[in-house]
Parts: sequence; structure tokens; C-alpha cells
Amino acid sequence: MSGRATKGDKRPWTFYALAGLFGLFLLFLYGPMVVIYVLSFQGPDGGVTFPMVGTSVGWFRNILEPGQMANIPVSFSRSLELALLVSGITVVISVAAGLGFRRRFPGSGVLFYLAIASLVMPSLLVGFGIGLGFQFLGLQTNLFTSALGAQLTWTLPFGLLVMFAVVDRFNRSWEEAANDLGASAWQRLVHVTLPILLPGILGVAVGAFTLSYDEYARTTLTIGTKNTLPLEIYALISSSSSPTLFAIGTVTTAVSFLLIGATLLVIFRMQRRRNPIRSV
Amino acid sequence: MSVRSAATLLQTIPSSRRRIALPLRRLRPGLVSWLQVAPLALILLVLFALPTLLFLVVSFFDYDRTGIYPAFMLDNCRELLTTPTTLRVYLSSLKFAAIVRAITLFLGFDISYFLVFHIRSATLRAVLFLLCAIPFWTSGIIRTIAWIPFLGRNGAFNQLLMGLHITTKPLEFLLFSDFAVIITYVHLFTLLMIGPIANSLSKIDPALMEAARDSGASRWQTMVNVVIPLSKTGIALGSILVFTQVMGDYFVVKQMSGGQSASIVSALSTEIQAMQYPPAAANAMILVIFVAILVAGMMRVVDVRKELVK
Repeated sequence: MSGRATKGDKRPWTFYALAGLFGLFLLFLYGPMVVIYVLSFQGPDGGVTFPMVGTSVGWFRNILEPGQMANIPVSFSRSLELALLVSGITVVISVAAGLGFRRRFPGSGVLFYLAIASLVMPSLLVGFGIGLGFQFLGLQTNLFTSALGAQLTWTLPFGLLVMFAVVDRFNRSWEEAANDLGASAWQRLVHVTLPILLPGILGVAVGAFTLSYDEYARTTLTIGTKNTLPLEIYALISSSSSPTLFAIGTVTTAVSFLLIGATLLVIFRMQRRRNPIRSV
Repeated sequence: MSVRSAATLLQTIPSSRRRIALPLRRLRPGLVSWLQVAPLALILLVLFALPTLLFLVVSFFDYDRTGIYPAFMLDNCRELLTTPTTLRVYLSSLKFAAIVRAITLFLGFDISYFLVFHIRSATLRAVLFLLCAIPFWTSGIIRTIAWIPFLGRNGAFNQLLMGLHITTKPLEFLLFSDFAVIITYVHLFTLLMIGPIANSLSKIDPALMEAARDSGASRWQTMVNVVIPLSKTGIALGSILVFTQVMGDYFVVKQMSGGQSASIVSALSTEIQAMQYPPAAANAMILVIFVAILVAGMMRVVDVRKELVK
């Protein structure tokens, strides 16, 4: 333990112990996932466990066909629309709030604890409360009203926490420099603050997107009649077990990888453009 | 980006445009903050605080097969608190939460420490962090059922053990047991520990650790007296997240325990499906109070707000 290690230091034994632990953890994290990726290519006569009975892509084709129990393509596009909307709203609101929280204002403590409470509240209860509220008001629960709202109670506190970490690393002297040079508040925001915070903001966007895309406990009681993808998967699990589920898992992971890869590429290029000498 | 380049950047803004908004600059700072957080406050009030109040109220309502009626009766709560299953389910959830918290804390702290202090290249550190985070972006439902073909009687793990001649018969306790539930929770929630703890650790000035070493502290002493106290916020926040996720879960227990364990929320969800809203609300109220006490207890250890919002 010698502080942050620098090149040329001899590695202490703890390094090897922790590296071993980390390796095992990755194995633990990816092992079962790899099993379902493999099983999603199960042959047409195979089941949800080993052994593999030949290989096929039939289970992937199955995803595209509207089945009796679940309509994957339609629910997928619903989930996608909702996740995009949630992500957009979360970015705007949590970035604004993250900036607002840099000062203490009357009520800042209450609002902070409200956000934490909303984050740690058992998810099903949030949906239950909103569903009850809609019933009392005589409104129909719907994807873009109650379900959207229920998901925001989860993504907004998350976005806020990420913004705290992002804003914490932000050096306010840049803003002061902008002030001294005569920038208006708006110019300071658009030309200085937001560009510097952009990598963190992208993180909030991607995080909120995936939190929404995978959400089921808050959504299930607020969704109304048209299911999102996780709810369709949930219905599939309780009704039947076929490798189609695993194929969905494989596709979802592939989509996540693409999304994360694309975001990283953007962030990486952004940082390279900003800091051509120091970048790795 | 240095102050100099910020300045150059500003010079590219035409000076005519620079003056327009000047009178607006003198808004009171407190007011600006208020405007910035207003949308968040509004959404949390309408979609979180009000609905929570609503089910607290409904928990006192009367109900029959056809509907619910405003009333003030304590029967729903009384019934719940006097049923022995309530205590059993809470104890079982608490047990899971405590075990999972201990395991994820151990893993989360060690992994964060390794990534923050042992990995020398910033790029490698980012890549390794991402490796931990990517599974988190896959659906929790799918990550849960991923364990079924892995742990099952003919599952990959049993095949591996028998292939290596470590066991001769497939192990039966792996799937549909408390063991399976705990494994799944750890798989799902370790990242919730890694995130906050790594954030705390990366704020520690390495000079402090060098100072400790120069003053003759052993590795262990530096760890106990410097690193752990300075990462208390992360540990508290991570513990709160893991604890509440486990207490609020109903899917993992249902899928992985094989019906042997119940969870608090699964009882609640059955009542909601049967449209018995007042008893469900009473159940929800007791869970909320329970979780609130737990979280408040953990928040006492450290002022999370002061550490997060400077």
C-alpha cells in the first residue's frame, strides 16, 4: 500500500491477491452470462439446459414473431421509445438540479433526502402509490403518463447522484474566468459549463436509458394494458421456458455493448480533442 | 481544459452578443438555484411524495370484495403485526440483506481499492471499471435466470465439478435454495457497492497514505486508520443501496428459492393482484417505516449529504 502506484514501484503482495480476487469476480460476473449466450444458439430440439442438441439461430427468429404469450417486437419498440424519453427528461432535469445544488438554498436538505428516499424506496411500492393515485383521480394508467412518471422517480435520483460526482470534479474558476471575460450567464452555461460537463452528462443519458429499458418493478403496476419488454419477458418466464429467453438476453447484451461502445468512443474523442497532449 | 483555453473560447463569441444578457446576470443566486432544482422537486413531490402519502392513508381504509371505503381503522395494521408470518418474512429478508451486504461490501471495497490504487494506467482503470459495469446494463430478469442453467442439476457448474472429479454426484443445493438467492443478489448488486466506494476512494489524496507510511504505519494500520475512515461515505451509500434493493426485491426470491423463502414484497404483490388495496397499503407502510429506520440509522454514521454536495 504505497498510495497510488507509479511506474517502476515493486508490486506489494496485496496487488497480486487483489488482482486474483478481481479476476475471480469477473469470472463470477460473466460465467453465467456466457452460459446463456451459448444456450441461446441451442438446436431446435434442445431445452433450457445443457447438453446442446445441435445449434441453430431459430430462437433468435422466434423473437421476431409475435407469440401467443408475448409480443417481443412491439414491446421492444415501446421500451425503446419510453427509454429515450426518460433518458432525455432525466438529462435535462438532473443536469439543471446538479448545477442548482452547488449552492445551499432554502430547502436543499429536504430535496436531497427526498431524492434519496425516492431512490431507496422499494420499487413496487412506488408503482403501487402512483397506480392508486391514478385510480383515485379516475385516470387510466398508461405507458407515457404513469409508467413514465414511475420510472422518473428512479432515474432522476440516479442522475442527480451522478451529477454530484461530475460537478464535484468541476473547477469553478473556469466559470469565474468566463464571468471576468464578460460572458452572460447563458453564454457561460452553453460555451463553458456544459461542454466541460458533457462526458458526465452522456453518462447520465446512457445510465438513465438502460435503467428505464430494464425496469419492471416500478412499471408493472403503472403500465396499463400495453407491456414494455421487461414485462413481456416476465410474462414469458412465468408461462414457459424456452431458449427464446436466452436469445433475448443475448440480443439485449449485444445492444448494451454497442450503446456503451459508441458512447465511450464519443467521450474518448471529446477528451482527445480537448487535451491532445495529455491524452493516452 | 485550462483557464487559458476557456478564455480563448470566449473570445470567439462576438462581443455584440456578449452584452445582451448582462442585466439578467444579477438574479439572486438562491433564486437561480431554486429555478434549477424546481423541475426535480416538482416531479418528486407529485410522483413520489404524494403517492407515498396516499398509500399511507389508504392503509387505514376499509374494504370488501367490491371496493375500498374511506375509514380510519387500524385492523389492517393490527392484522399484519399479529400474524407470525410477517415476522418470519421480515427476518428472512433481513437475513438475506445482511449476508448480501457483507459479501458485496467485501468484494466492492477490495475491487474498488484495487482499481483506484493499484491500477497505474487511467485507460486500463476505465476499461476494468466498465467490465464490472457492463452486466449491470443487462436486464436484471435475464441476469437472474442466467443462473438457472448454470447452477442446475445438469448445469454448467455441476458438469465442471464432475468433469474435474471434484464431486461424483451433482450438488443439489446449488439451485432453488437460499444459496442460489444469495449468489444472484451478489451478482446483481455488487456494482452498487463498487460505484460509491470507488468514488470515495478516488477522492483520497495519495499523499495522506504516504504520510501514514512515512510515520511508520503498517499496511493494516494505514487501511484501518486512514483509508476506511475516508471511504465511510461510499460504504454507507453502497450499503444503503444494497440493503434496500434486497428488502424491496420480489423477483429473485420467487425465481431462485424454489418457493422455500418468501419476501416482503411478494406477499404485497399478491394482495395487490387480488385488489385488496388497504391490507397491501398497510404492508407497504410497515415496510416503508422499517426501511426508513434502517436507512436513517446508516445515514447517522456519516453525513452523506455533506460529503456529496460540497
